[in-house]
Amino acid sequence: MASIIELNDIRKVYGGVIVGVDHVSMSVEDGEFVTLLGPSGCGKSTLLRMIGGFEQPTAGQIVLAGRDVTYEPPHKRDVNMVFQDYALFPHMTVGENISYGLRMMGLPRSETRSKAVEALDLVGLPEKIDQKPHELSGGQRQRIALARAIVRNPKVLLLDEPLSALDANLREQMQVELKHMHEKVGITFIMVTHDQTEALVMSDRVIVMEKGRVAQDGTPAELYDHPETPYVANFIGTTNFLPARVLSRDGGSVVVEAGGTRIIAEVGGALPEGEHIRIGIRPEKLHFAESGASGPGNTLEGRIEEQIYYGLGMRTVVRLAEGSTVLVDGLLPEAVARTTLPEIGSNVRLSIAPHNVRVFAAEN
Amino acid sequence: MAAFSTRRLSSYMVLGIPIAWIIIFMLVPYGVLLTYSFWVKKYPLFVPAFQFGNYITVFTDPQYLRVLLRTLKISALVSLASLLLAYPFAYFLVFRLKNQSLRVWLYMAVIAPLWVSYLLRAYTWKSILGTQGVLNSFLMSTGITTEPSTIFLYNQSAMVVTLTYIFIPFMVMPIYAALEKIPNNLSEASADLGMGPIRTFLRITLPLSLPGIVAGFTLTFCLSFGDFIAPFLVGGPDGLLVANVIVSQFGAALNWPLGSALSVVMLFIVLAIITASDRLERFGQQGH
Repeated sequence: MASIIELNDIRKVYGGVIVGVDHVSMSVEDGEFVTLLGPSGCGKSTLLRMIGGFEQPTAGQIVLAGRDVTYEPPHKRDVNMVFQDYALFPHMTVGENISYGLRMMGLPRSETRSKAVEALDLVGLPEKIDQKPHELSGGQRQRIALARAIVRNPKVLLLDEPLSALDANLREQMQVELKHMHEKVGITFIMVTHDQTEALVMSDRVIVMEKGRVAQDGTPAELYDHPETPYVANFIGTTNFLPARVLSRDGGSVVVEAGGTRIIAEVGGALPEGEHIRIGIRPEKLHFAESGASGPGNTLEGRIEEQIYYGLGMRTVVRLAEGSTVLVDGLLPEAVARTTLPEIGSNVRLSIAPHNVRVFAAEN
Repeated sequence: MAAFSTRRLSSYMVLGIPIAWIIIFMLVPYGVLLTYSFWVKKYPLFVPAFQFGNYITVFTDPQYLRVLLRTLKISALVSLASLLLAYPFAYFLVFRLKNQSLRVWLYMAVIAPLWVSYLLRAYTWKSILGTQGVLNSFLMSTGITTEPSTIFLYNQSAMVVTLTYIFIPFMVMPIYAALEKIPNNLSEASADLGMGPIRTFLRITLPLSLPGIVAGFTLTFCLSFGDFIAPFLVGGPDGLLVANVIVSQFGAALNWPLGSALSVVMLFIVLAIITASDRLERFGQQGH
């Protein structure tokens, strides 16, 4: 597949000093669903607005379908945006809102109408065509905004935190709906969000941003299982970090001292002996080992400090022998009554497989 | 029960004062005015009667009809001139000016003259447009004219200029407020959907600011419609407005019944305009 949009070394500086976006390059393939993920102020929205044409980069180039559009105004770009608070025109009906973007395309009136109806059918709200936006619920407005952007059949659809104004249940439902919509229409989607779940659920590829730069770019699974930096490891999901020291190296694995014991991690790359590092372990990759029995891989010992019940499972806070704490997430199978779980204050052994231990540079 | 009636009593007292105020200082005078408008003038007295002679005079005597039409024309011109000046200014302040404090200063610059005496502001234009005025001095010093011109002062255009200057804050304020309420992302959405800046203005910004335009138009129109000082200071012989005629009917002409009939007609015109603009504004706000 060919790339539909390419950003080459984009930089955005405000007032000559504040760097909003710092040397970002990326390429999105035709039909892909890409999400820019990061906390507020990381430059993700600025990047999206530059693709939409609402802001101009200080330096760099934006290429849309082989054409340089860096300094083109928004109305001349073949991209459409779903705005964060929808930006529906309050003085127009739903039908007028949707056909607004078709007026300039030189279509006959009847075709404009039928296309608008088609778009409304696609979002499942055909009966709302003559209503005004203020008569609709938040979720319905969201769908109308989507229909209005899709009806022009743009090369790229931009979504600026499209679900942030919806309540939790509706948001979950819309995540799946948007994903299905993407599969159905086949348009390239670029979404901006600060919600990691949203990014993981919906996207083919996630670009994690940090302070105006790309922190990591990969599929949801790659980002979750192989975060390259502690920032990514912590932003997507939760990670236990433990300070560690390299003891020895053996082929594809390394032995470190952490949490008061020796831990083996499978890693590539050079790590000199004695180097101070950090290891990262996902809470759900830690398991309670049978007491006495020495499980496969690594074993950590500690005492249960707190248990947090969240329905689907239980999060346990374990204080390790050497003082630091780790979180352990476990599902609660029906067979296991809560009473049979280790109690607060009891000593436990935790096991972790070497391939689930990530190695990061030490904190500065 | 006792507590209930005490509460009711106190609520009557709270409402009583403003209601009494409205009755004594608004409804009673209007009633008096309306009553007088049916009376007959028998020099040197006014005789109670119920007849429409005064109203017939207002609408058939060309002298009064002409003044009424002239007043409508001047008010319309003042409102139009205010709109054409105020809209671009307010638009510039809201959408183009990035500097927040400069925006406040420029806005205040328009509002501040409201704190200066009306008479003083009207008088200013006399000294600008007069034969010894700033405009004439300028024209002569630049050699465009050789002697002071009298065409600037004492005519209807001088009146329109003066009234526009005086009432323009009442046009700027509602338009500014209406434009400020329009979310920025609506114009962005319009651009995103393929409309250039001019089309975006005509289809999005202008319709959404219509309530402000209507409010400003109503205010400036009604204020100019009732003005009687500008005609007195800069209007000249053919510049009399309805309010001046009413003043003279209650004064020198000593015809209170006719003056009352003119006042009632004027009152109804203003009420009609306010009602119409209210309808229009509500129509425009249906989308919100």
